[in-house]
Parts: sequence; structure tokens; C-alpha cells
Amino acid sequence: MGANAPSLDTPLVLIGHEGRRRVVLAADQAARRAGLSVGMPATKAQALVEGLVIFDADPEADSVALHKLAVWMQRHYSPLVTVYHPDGLVLDITGVAHLFGGEDAMLKEMIRKLAAVGCGARLAAAPSYGAAHALARCVANPTLVLEDGKLATALDLLPITALRLTAELPPALKKMGFERIGELNSTPRAPLALRFGSVIGIRLDQAYGRASEPFDPIIPPEVPHVRRNFAEPIGAPETIARYVGVLVEQLCAELEVKGLGARKLDLLFYRVDNRIEAVRVGTSRPVREVRRLTKLLCDQIEKIDPGFGIETMTVTAFVAEPLVYRAAASGLGEPKVEDVSALIDTLSNRIGESQLYRLAPVESEIPERAVKRVAPLAPAGGQSWPAHWPRPSRLLDPPEHIETVALLPDHPPAAFTWRGLRRRVARADGPERIFGEWWKHEAELAAVRDYFQVEDEAGERYWLFRAGDGEDLKTGSQKWFLHGVFA
Amino acid sequence: MSLAPPVLDALRQKIRRIEAGDRVARGVLPFGVTDIDERLPGGGLALGALHEVAGGANGALDGAAAALFAAGILARTHGPILWCINRRDLFAPALAHAGLHPDRVIYAEAGSEKAILACFEEGLRHGGLAGVVAEVAKLPMTPSRRLQLAAESSGTIGIAIRRWRRQTEATDFGQPTASTTRWRVTALPASPLPVPGVGRPRWLVELIRARAGECADFEVEACDQEGRIAVPAKLVHRPAQADDGRQRAIA
Repeated sequence: MGANAPSLDTPLVLIGHEGRRRVVLAADQAARRAGLSVGMPATKAQALVEGLVIFDADPEADSVALHKLAVWMQRHYSPLVTVYHPDGLVLDITGVAHLFGGEDAMLKEMIRKLAAVGCGARLAAAPSYGAAHALARCVANPTLVLEDGKLATALDLLPITALRLTAELPPALKKMGFERIGELNSTPRAPLALRFGSVIGIRLDQAYGRASEPFDPIIPPEVPHVRRNFAEPIGAPETIARYVGVLVEQLCAELEVKGLGARKLDLLFYRVDNRIEAVRVGTSRPVREVRRLTKLLCDQIEKIDPGFGIETMTVTAFVAEPLVYRAAASGLGEPKVEDVSALIDTLSNRIGESQLYRLAPVESEIPERAVKRVAPLAPAGGQSWPAHWPRPSRLLDPPEHIETVALLPDHPPAAFTWRGLRRRVARADGPERIFGEWWKHEAELAAVRDYFQVEDEAGERYWLFRAGDGEDLKTGSQKWFLHGVFA
Repeated sequence: MSLAPPVLDALRQKIRRIEAGDRVARGVLPFGVTDIDERLPGGGLALGALHEVAGGANGALDGAAAALFAAGILARTHGPILWCINRRDLFAPALAHAGLHPDRVIYAEAGSEKAILACFEEGLRHGGLAGVVAEVAKLPMTPSRRLQLAAESSGTIGIAIRRWRRQTEATDFGQPTASTTRWRVTALPASPLPVPGVGRPRWLVELIRARAGECADFEVEACDQEGRIAVPAKLVHRPAQADDGRQRAIA
């Protein structure tokens, strides 16, 4: 709706038809706070809340938008994504969370990215899909990560509505006195199955992780995609590696027709027991080299558990970009530039993309701000740090507080105690005065640090600073810190 | 060595050729300091080999001097460098001061020792890098052998900075590995200045092990802005140059 959208605290509902009645299909937070709920007749809602904003629900547009979001999630986070209509997405994040610094960090990043485009979301990570579904809807605020051991205790307390049952089941169960999933789980199954069918048992098993629950990941139609079915399930790593090679070759042929190079590849293994194992690799530049892509994928095979065998393998280049040819250096004039992008790809798929970087200078006098990370293959900046001030080769972050004996205001310490060891200063150089960057933070307006390079009697050199100029308390606490170790 | 008859020299070369197999002779990277270079087989630090550097005393924990020593060596090569770390305390401006331009260094922050060794080996095998540095605590025989072979196959120089969490673990440095040379760098009091202040840092560089060479220790002045170490003036019997307080052994 753009600029005309009602503000966040306006009660808003979406109305649709259920049979012949007009009912509320969705309500925002303000509307829920005002006492409206999903399933309520539209006229009743209108009578209850003054100034209620009403729109007609458009389930088809919703489902298209959700599918678009799923494709975006698939590009950024995990190869196994599917849509849970009408309001959810399911991601299998087995083996991908470490690339984002753990499950917790991954969920937080998703929330941040979604918030940036104006999307509120609640996310939960749990050992089973059923549990994640329930926790995301009942507990997560806005994220929640459940460890393996706590699955049963967390699920027991949740209401039965979180169990993905058909709409008529929860009221019927409530009438029989069931409120929470735990109560349902500890009841004998047979009478329940006799009355309500097997669905309750299945959903319980799926939520508690006793039954597997495969889902078909979405595959956007336009992406290059190859697939191979096996008459006999395969399992040996060598066989898998061979067929990875075959599939990559087919994929590269397909990419060549389109003039594309792969940036991100998904390799999916459909196991005979209906589970899907996935491998995702990325490259720093568009690549169409069979050998290089095969190596990247084969590096990850050891992470795959083939179980009783794999019956289908697919390779999808879900991010592909136009591949531009460049002239190779002739070797006559310009110096030969080594291409390390293959190595960068291998390493970033092994340890994570964010763990691989170059450090570039920032124009800041404050040591901890003088360095920023840039991508390993970013164009060379040519800049370096100014060479006329000594800088230690190890920088402690944060600086460690030390006890000193020092003359104020401008003498280096005569002795200091660091990590319980007293060191007598034999020689010292300084001070190098560094002022706070008042244009960045108000608090640094008067802040001063006086840095000294000192050498103890054994010849070990340290970088100390005093917070403050030694006279005025406004400039700092006048405490001493050790900030680095020289060689 | 110099007294050995030519027959022996010829024999040594023959053995070296047999040992090398299909590996290519890679040459050496001289330090540019005669005292050190003449103690190393081939007259310098072998390219396409694994070298180990550790710090002495407190340097075993912080590895400050060892890192600069490695940076000084790699500053004199050409091409990109891979630096594998698992602690974030390396301060890049110091490496730049030792002559290693920030555009050349790619850092790989691996989470575990095992991952570091894997990155180290991958970097050595690639062949497009000028050198690979890894900060590791444990370096058992088998991985070090793999690293040495990887370095030999590509001609990339590999430097393992040995760095431990506790002083007691530093005894691990006595265990055998397949590395070609093993160094220990300890900070010494800086070169004296005629005025109060800290002069150019000095190191005690101990060559603890060298394949086909002998052990030795050297007292040197730390890397200058081009990564060169130097022997202090008094050791080569020259008067100290008083003008800029900096002393050079090689004119």
C-alpha cells in the first residue's frame, strides 16, 4: 500500500467468505488487542471496534507473495524451503547454520533482513518441523532456538492448536478436556484414533521427532536444474562423487546454452527413507568449469549421510549470473596476476564466507577502528596505514586494565602489573596522544588517550595507554590499560 | 661445508636429485643477512617447504615476534598471502609496517585447529599464493608431513606460527615434525639509543632445526619497512651510525 498504509496501531482486519458468512480471516496486533479474533463474523467485529479498517482478503496474492519470499529465503539461507499455507515457511537448516555463525545468529539475521523490508516474522528452530511450527506460533518472540534435549519439555506445555490439526479437531478435543500437547501425548492412542482418526498420532509423532516428515522443496522454474534417478540406490562416496561429476557436466552444458555461470549450487540427495540431504556451495564469481564445481561439491560429500541409499540426485544452480570472458594477461607487459578465486571458493564453503576477508585501512586514529574487513576478492585499494607511529603486532580487545606506578601528567609508568605479573619498565617512548572522535560519538568529545611504548627489563615491549590526559578527569578515568604487545 | 671435497658435493647433489623425485627445484628466499644465509642449506629459506616459527618466553603465548618474523619473510615475496588464524588479536597495521601490504593478505578465520590445518593445506596446494601462514598450537607429525608435501608440490612457502594457550603446552615444540626449518624468536632489549626512548627492536633468532643444516642462533634487529632483518652493527664490527639511530649491517 506504500505511503497510504494505515499506521501500525490502527486495528485492521482482512475479511473473507467462509461458506456464506463474512468472517475475519486475519487481524493485526492492534485489532487482536481490541478483542477481535480470527473466525469472528465481520459484522460483530465492526460493531465491537470503532474505526476498524477492513480490507478484503486476497488469498491468491498472499500465496504468490509467500512463494516469492520462499524463493528469496532459498537463495539466502537454505536449499530446502517450502511454503506452509497460509502463513508460514519451512526451512531445513541442517548443516547450514554454521555459515551464519550458529542458529541463533541466523534467525536474528533473518528477522533483521525481513524487518528491513517491512515484514514482521516469528522464527523458531527446533529438532523437528512439527515442534518448530508450534514454537514459532506460540513461544517465539521473535526468535527461539530449542536444543535437542529440551524438545519434549517445551512441547508438553504448548496448546493443542499448535499441532497442525484440521480446524474442527481442537474444539472437539477441548470438550474432552485436552488443553496442552503434553496431555494429549500421555493419553493412550487407540481411543483417540478410534474417535478422531490417525491424524493426531501422526502429528504428535512428527512434533516429538519420532516420525520423519519429508517435504518437497520449492524449485523456481527458471533456474538451471538437472536430475538423475537411480534404478538401484547408491551409497558409496566414490559412486556419489562420480555422479556428481556427471550431473555437473550436464548442468554446465545447460548453463552454457544460457550464457550463465553458477554463483550458488544446491546438490540434493533424495534418500530411500524419504529424507533429503542437501549440500550448498557458493562461488565468488560466476563459474562454469566442470572440474572446479565438481571439486566444490565433492568436498562436501563427507557431510552427507546416505542412510540406506540415495535414489535421486539433483543439482540446481539457483543463483546464476552472466559469465563474462576476460582476456588473459599476455605476460609481455603487465605482471601475471594469480587467480585465487578457486581457493577462496573452496575455503569459504568450508569455513563460511564471512570468515574469509582482507583488512583495509580506515582513516581513524583510534587503533581498534583503524581496520575494516573487505571481501577477499575486492579490488585492491592500494592504501596502507601511516608508517610513522609504532603499532603492536597483537592488539588486545578489549584493552586490559593494569596497575601502574607512574608520575602524572606525562610520564610513562615506572612499573606495571599485568595478569598478576609485575614488570619494571626499563625504557619507554611516548606519549602519542589520541583524541576521541567527537564527530562520531558525543561521549568522545573530550576523551583522550596517551599511548606509551614501554620495554621491560627482559626486553618485551608493550603498548600501554592512560585513559585521560593525566590532569583533567573530563578527559578520561586516568586509569591505565595495556592495549597491545610489540614484537 | 666449504672444506668438503668436490666428490662429496657431487654426491650430495645426486642424492638430493633422487630425493626430490618429480618435484621441481624451487630455490630459496635469502634473508639478505650473510650470517644467517650461509648457515641455511642452499643459502636461504627454502621455497616450497614448511617452516615453523615460535616465540620464546611470553612470545610462546602471544606470538607477536613470530608473526612479525613471518610477515618479514613474506614481505619479500610477490603475490597474495593466506593467513589462517583462530584468534582475532593480529593487528594488521603492524604487518603493514613490516612490509606486508594489506592488499596482499587474505585472512581465513577458522574455528578449530583442525579447520586451520585444512585451510593451511588447501592454501599450500593451490599454488597461486606467495605464501601461507597459519597460527597453530598442535602440529603432529602426520599433518606436518602432509603440509610439507603440499608445499613441495606447489612451491609455496608455508609458515606455521606455533602459539599456545599456556606456557606449559609450549613443550610441544620439542616434538618432531616434518618441517624443513624450525625457528624460535625471542624479544631482546632494543638497540640502545643516545637519548631516552625505545630503539629498533631486537630479537634472538634461534634456528633450532634445519634439514640438512645445523642449528645456530643470531641476534638480529627486527624487520624494517621492507621486511628485512639486520645484524646489529657491533656484531659485524662497524661503528654505529649515529645520525638516524638506525643501524644497518649491509651497506
